[in-house]
Amino acid sequence: MLYSEKVMDHFRNPRNIGKMDDADAVGEVGNARCGDIMKMYLKIEDGIIKDVKFNTFGCASAIATSSIATEMIKGQKIEDALKLTNKAVVEALDGLPPAKIHCSVLAEEAVKAALADYYKKQGLPVDPSIFGCVDCESCGGCGV
Amino acid sequence: MIYLKTVYADNAATTPLCAEAFEAMKQSMLEDYANASSLHTPGQIAAAKVLEARREIAELIGANADEIYFTSGGTESDNWAITSAALRGEKQGKKHIISTAFEHHAVLHTLKDLERRGFDVTYLDVHSDGYVRPDELEKAIRADTCLVTVMYANNEIGTIQPIDEIGRICKEKKVCFHTDAVQAVGHLPINVKAQNIDMLSFSSHKFHGPKGIGALYCRKGIILANFMQGGAQEHGKRPGTVNTPAILGTAAALKKSCADMEKNARYVSDLRDRLIDSILTTIPRSRLNGGRSERLPGNASFCFEGIEGESLLLHLDLKGICGSSGSACTSGSLDPSHVLLALGLPHEIAHGSLRLTLSEYNTAEDVDRIISVLPQIVAMLRDMSPVWERIMKEENSDAVQ
Ligand SMILES: Cc1ncc(COP(=O)(O)O)c(C=O)c1O
Repeated sequence: MLYSEKVMDHFRNPRNIGKMDDADAVGEVGNARCGDIMKMYLKIEDGIIKDVKFNTFGCASAIATSSIATEMIKGQKIEDALKLTNKAVVEALDGLPPAKIHCSVLAEEAVKAALADYYKKQGLPVDPSIFGCVDCESCGGCGV
Repeated sequence: MIYLKTVYADNAATTPLCAEAFEAMKQSMLEDYANASSLHTPGQIAAAKVLEARREIAELIGANADEIYFTSGGTESDNWAITSAALRGEKQGKKHIISTAFEHHAVLHTLKDLERRGFDVTYLDVHSDGYVRPDELEKAIRADTCLVTVMYANNEIGTIQPIDEIGRICKEKKVCFHTDAVQAVGHLPINVKAQNIDMLSFSSHKFHGPKGIGALYCRKGIILANFMQGGAQEHGKRPGTVNTPAILGTAAALKKSCADMEKNARYVSDLRDRLIDSILTTIPRSRLNGGRSERLPGNASFCFEGIEGESLLLHLDLKGICGSSGSACTSGSLDPSHVLLALGLPHEIAHGSLRLTLSEYNTAEDVDRIISVLPQIVAMLRDMSPVWERIMKEENSDAVQ
């Protein structure tokens, strides 16, 4: 099989799927030209991620990485969610094929893009050393 | 779990073996173990069977037995034909080749290799409908053109090229004409002599024959280059012990396919038309890739806006339906299929492609299953797609305006 059981489970039954009308922050990364877009919605109270929803256009691993990333940050403090790495996402999914690693990078970036949006709305500075380069280019996935 | 029969709708990738080929191979594997190059009686019996198969295969495409060279399949035949023609051209100072942008990689990568070696390749436009225009081919021919290679029918979108006209033009201009007929042989009537085809590649596993074998037809008088050195098999051009069972399996499969060709084409294209009509009417923002008129009987190739092909494919697989996609994720590269891009489709739409290819083994129930399952999967994936959300927003704001 191309994908682990975990990947297929999250692909088949994505967790926290959907949109959020009253989100406190929204982040979107990727582009349709490359074939992956992830959009993440956050509900934040007292510095804690109370609720997460996501929408993804992309392959099975794009759906699975965004799904598991929402599970990994739900209920977390903002500071802890910012520590989510693509490597942790890959490990949580019991691995990804080499050609699909960029999906995990995108999932990390989607979380950071949503949190950056929250910081901006709060008037807080968005430190690139923490948030990274939250745009498509930095995924290095497609070179567009 | 409810057991669901697999709906196999990926016949352009490969086809199930037919009973005739299986029987011929089974018997041959047990009986024809002797080397067809050996002088003893069992060897000569095997050789006679191979010759008979060669004759049958040749006749079914309008060739002579000594113009058929068995190979490991379509890829090898394409590589061999094109490189041989290029080497012949080079000797005469002719280093220009004409092809199309949507050939199979077996052709395209061979051409890229020749370009690195100083050849000039013109890639004809296949337009948004997926057909080469013969007048554009005629205009592209130069004094130094050594080869025209245009596929008989495209493997992804099923469009059948104007081979008769291309053959006529090449004959008139005295340019060698090769066609990759891997998707056509056994499915469409072919006569290499009447159609002025100088070289033709085919692969047995695309017409219910065994995998790993095919052939190159090469018109008498055209000299093929040797890529391997060895024994005298295939006129010394393609040495190696003859694969007797696979050759007999090929002949059996081709005989069956050609005998049933008209009946199969009618049956399969009826299934295909019902599939296409239903999908295009039930799924909004869907399109058929490639023109509808000159199309392989079994090919239905779609694009669905707002979704990505690999996830569509895997959801179909979970429902027991096998198809394929030209999305980047399934093509193994970061770009969607070069075939869909050659039609001028934007990347974002080409990512949402689905190819369903039927054969005479498919049933009306198979098509019903696809029709009942596919729209729901597309709707579910669109429901979670930010791209689809954007498309709907634009549509609504257009409607307001
Ligand atoms: C048009 C075309 N050419 C060449 C090939 C390669 O044939 P084979 O798999 O026999 O090498 C294929 C099949 O994949 C094909 O569809």
